[in-house]
Amino acid sequence: MSLLSIKGMQAGYGARSVLHGIDLDVEERQIQVVLGANGAGKTSLLRAISGTIAREGTVMFDGARIDGLPARKIVATGVAHVPQGRGTFADLTVDENIRLGAYLRSGAEERQDRERWLTFFPRLRERLSQQAGSLSGGEQQMLAIARALMLRPRLLLLDEPSLGLAPIITQGLFKTLAAIREETGMTMLIVEQSANLALEIADSGVVLESGQIVLRDTARNLAGNDEVRRIYLGYE
Amino acid sequence: MNLFASQIVDGLADGAIYASLALALVFSYRSTGIVNFAQGEMAMLSAYLVWQLMAWGMPLVPAALVSIVVSFIAGALLYATIVKPLSHASLLTVVSVLIGLYLALNSLAGFLWTYTIKALPSLFPKAHLQLGSFTVSAETAGIIAVVGVVLLLLYLLFETTKVGLAMRGAASTPDSAILVGVSVPVMLLIGWGIAAALGALSGILVAPRVFLNPTMMFGVIIYAFAAATLGGFDSVVGAVVGGLLVGVVENLVGTYIPWIGPDLKIIVALVLIFGTLLVKPDGLFGRKKVVRL
Repeated sequence: MSLLSIKGMQAGYGARSVLHGIDLDVEERQIQVVLGANGAGKTSLLRAISGTIAREGTVMFDGARIDGLPARKIVATGVAHVPQGRGTFADLTVDENIRLGAYLRSGAEERQDRERWLTFFPRLRERLSQQAGSLSGGEQQMLAIARALMLRPRLLLLDEPSLGLAPIITQGLFKTLAAIREETGMTMLIVEQSANLALEIADSGVVLESGQIVLRDTARNLAGNDEVRRIYLGYE
Repeated sequence: MNLFASQIVDGLADGAIYASLALALVFSYRSTGIVNFAQGEMAMLSAYLVWQLMAWGMPLVPAALVSIVVSFIAGALLYATIVKPLSHASLLTVVSVLIGLYLALNSLAGFLWTYTIKALPSLFPKAHLQLGSFTVSAETAGIIAVVGVVLLLLYLLFETTKVGLAMRGAASTPDSAILVGVSVPVMLLIGWGIAAALGALSGILVAPRVFLNPTMMFGVIIYAFAAATLGGFDSVVGAVVGGLLVGVVENLVGTYIPWIGPDLKIIVALVLIFGTLLVKPDGLFGRKKVVRL
């Protein structure tokens, strides 16, 4: 059984509907990537899963329906959402951001995980007492991911982690994500415009167009697909 | 010289009272972006509650503690019943409602306890402490000590506890707070409760100095506004420093500038508010709103 299973999802903002009947399964310990142009509904898809926008349809997570739950309760089931624009607590220090990520965990779990994720993100260790708002874009993204991992999630939703980052930083970030999956088996659903890098670490992917899934395949096949190569990977 | 020093110390005691009310304003403002114009009137009712409990036979200190707890609950209820339902209303709507609440609470106090002044005893004995050649009244020292201890407790709450961290997170970035599993409305509820409790403390400390009456907080709330503006409306440290500064400046100006004297002292507050907004609108410790793209 899939860890996450979505059937007939509709979602939107007020009267404006953005997702039109999405069916999507994410298998445990897999990285699935969602490709699509701006406005295709990628961000809305993640927000509909995490319950931060109104949505219809069924969302099964780990065998239980979560589509009726408010966002805060969905977090508690083990779905961590790293939103677009990172959403760090700019006024708080890096360390406070990380500790707040473990709000639902015990003190012992917090201390143990803090050490663990700081070894994946050594840059953050150097900046523990700095205000999160003063970090560079890449460091803020690392912080947002570290904070999400502190929740001990079963599923990590990442919304355009490469947004606004230099290519070299993005490369390092995806390497770290691959290493985290390697070591922990974390399941990830990644929305990405940097399709190249995302497909490199992903197992499978879907292409979203105008709120519908128009293509789904393994990451290897998507990377070799002529149309995907032309539109999302920049090959002529 | 001794007059000067004692004016400073007296100013610090007044300032500690302004600081606690200014902190109440800052807490509601930081958590919900709303300036609670009724904060002073709520504090006045808290002071009346102490008087009423004493009239029913309760000793002063327990009565003050009960009043502070009841005020906490009242502040939380105010958030749940009035502020939260208005969270998407326009600023003008919210300001109108809170000014309406100000007038309503003021009239309620007059209705319940009449407009005749009443005496609320001080928490501190009428003694003087002798420090070398310097004398300070027990009340002045007591006010500074009580507010100091409360500030220390607040610092420990916000800097060392999980719930304090969650409250700061909920106030700074509510959308992200939800994503780590924090219940933002509960945190804001606690924030408004703490604000009302701080207000109650200021009311209970100031009442013995000005006598209990429904308009007793009028002057204090203006000074608290001056303190919060001077320190920066979103800064906790600013509210405390601003409160102490306003208290000291008010006392020195009242003593050394004869034509101002005790009657026109309130002008000091208005000049401070106006001057701060002209010269440094974010206050001494306020953060400029900078958005990194």
